[in-house]
Amino acid sequence: MAAGAGHAGLHFDRVDKRYGSVYALRNVTLSVAAGDCVVLAGRNGSGKTTLLRLAARLTRPTDGTISGAPEISAPQPAIGFVAHATMVYDELTAGENLRFFGKLLGLPRVNERVAELLKEVGLAERKDSLVRTFSRGMRQRVAIARALLAEPRLLLFDEPATGLDPEATAWLAAQLRKLRDAGCTILMSLHGESELAQLAGRAVRLDAGRVVADTRTGATFHSVYHFTGG
Amino acid sequence: MGLLSNAATLLAKEARTEFRSRELVSTTLVFVLIVVVLFSFAFDPTTSESRRFGPGLLWLAFLFAASLMMQPSFLREQANDTLSALRLSVRDPFAILLAKIGANTLFLLLTELLMLPVFAVMFNVAVVPQLPGLVLTFALGSLGIATAGTALAAISAQARMRELLLPLMLLPLLTPVLIAATAVTAGLLAREPVLEWKGIGFLAAFDVVFLTALWLFGEYLLEE
Amino acid sequence: MVRRILFGAVAVALVVLGAYAAFFVAPEERTMGDIQRIFYFHAATAWAGETAFFVCFLANLLYVWRRAAKYDWLGVACAEVGLACITVVLITGPIWAKPVWGIWWTWDARLTSTFVLWILYICYLLLRSLIEEPERRALLSALFGIFAFIDVPIVFGAIRWWRTQHPAPVIMGGEGSGLDPVMRKVFFLNVLAMHLLAAFLIVERYLLERAKGAIQDLQREAEAQ
Repeated sequence: MAAGAGHAGLHFDRVDKRYGSVYALRNVTLSVAAGDCVVLAGRNGSGKTTLLRLAARLTRPTDGTISGAPEISAPQPAIGFVAHATMVYDELTAGENLRFFGKLLGLPRVNERVAELLKEVGLAERKDSLVRTFSRGMRQRVAIARALLAEPRLLLFDEPATGLDPEATAWLAAQLRKLRDAGCTILMSLHGESELAQLAGRAVRLDAGRVVADTRTGATFHSVYHFTGG
Repeated sequence: MGLLSNAATLLAKEARTEFRSRELVSTTLVFVLIVVVLFSFAFDPTTSESRRFGPGLLWLAFLFAASLMMQPSFLREQANDTLSALRLSVRDPFAILLAKIGANTLFLLLTELLMLPVFAVMFNVAVVPQLPGLVLTFALGSLGIATAGTALAAISAQARMRELLLPLMLLPLLTPVLIAATAVTAGLLAREPVLEWKGIGFLAAFDVVFLTALWLFGEYLLEE
Repeated sequence: MVRRILFGAVAVALVVLGAYAAFFVAPEERTMGDIQRIFYFHAATAWAGETAFFVCFLANLLYVWRRAAKYDWLGVACAEVGLACITVVLITGPIWAKPVWGIWWTWDARLTSTFVLWILYICYLLLRSLIEEPERRALLSALFGIFAFIDVPIVFGAIRWWRTQHPAPVIMGGEGSGLDPVMRKVFFLNVLAMHLLAAFLIVERYLLERAKGAIQDLQREAEAQ
């Protein structure tokens, strides 16, 4: 990957993901262009999390191909992933967590980058506190800082506003706006319309593992968020 | 980042976590002590019997303890799904396994070395003159136990009844380590101490075989 | 279907033939008498069991590489049949040993590593029963099967080197070495018979597992409607 280059977009081609006899995703074909900001809407269990994990290359599709996202063996720093779980260590401090992941990623000036991020997420004074002592909102902020460590070009956020108060949600919306405007590709799953949803240029609805509505193919944003089936 | 530097970073984190809580080494040490004491109650050995069975008992206790202490290293990564974060941050997933093996080896070795003076007192054997040989044996044996243990912990972490399953799978698999390590330790603690190089070589070979197997198949162990 | 029945019939016929040969064709062994005849059955079953485990190992490797369900079916079929063979070996061994050497069991290299092999394959099947999702179960048990298979020769080596108190019982000067020519023919007849029987059972078990997979596929299709 050339330095500073965005990636080429994400393409799901007839992707199935099956767990035993249950299909989490069925025949999903979806293209996300570089720089797009897309919202994935859908009820619980509709396949949003599975789709994001597939995009992050954390799991393989049962059928179909996914292209565009960096291959598993390619530099992973290109992906920033935020999930339900915080994906940070409770028994380390915020600063230690970020320094640890920063070193793994091979960041050139780890300490500076960590300090910078901690300031951005508003946790600079709590950098020496164990994550175990943090509130849900603060943990989410550490998780987001971790995802942004290597300045990724592809961001995959799974219900990132869960457990955040309105103030924190507004802050998150501002962060995402900045990243979107800088040309990052964003794919995020949300429960419904919200401040975050307004950032998106496109919305896609999943239901029982299938794509059932897409603003790109004519559905309105409203209908995607308030899909009632049929 | 390269494989070894990633593994080193991961290992440092494991060590720091353990150093803060000290829960793994301390509980393992107590467990080993209990097994040794129970043996004395069950068999009421004479001094010469203690000499004869001591090394075997020691390694048996280490094996039992190890089969219980291997689980936490993977369960810890399941708590907040940090395993996914690790998989996204390292280029070669073998680094994750290598670090866990390294950490488990160190914790096991530390437990064994702390146990050694207690063993020397309880069984009236002189260990200090044989210290280099003993440390070498403990290190190679622990590496073998940790390698197989880490592999099987990764497997059983995804099954039900994992706390029972891991010792069940691990103990038969480690019989060669038990046999060889006991033989070498017994040789070192005999009246005429001798370092059995055949045993050292065997333990080293076991370690190489299983590390290679893990290097070949490790990424599949971490798959989702 | 007809082919399967025929195959089974041929295998059983050969086993019966082998048993007949063992009891009535083979000459009586000099030192042990008639009880020695169980050896033909015992050792042949042991060989068949080991072959089954080797095929299981290959199936495990192929599954990890290819991820095709058929290798998982083959793996579990071989493991179950292999386990049955080794169970028979562990039971017939002592039955034969007691009258001949006066002991039921000894911890020599061959016996002990057979016992460890037996336990490891029980663990393999136990592991499978504790994982619900089929693809996870297939992958994880394949990996365990690979580790277990690598371990068994190491166990054998360790005991061979260090457990010198229990020398291996010598069976008629070592199997196949200096055996009376008739005995050798009877032995290999039984080896062939047991392999065919094992192969037949493996195929049947494989087909059973395949049918289970087909039922699950159908259920899945039905639920998706």
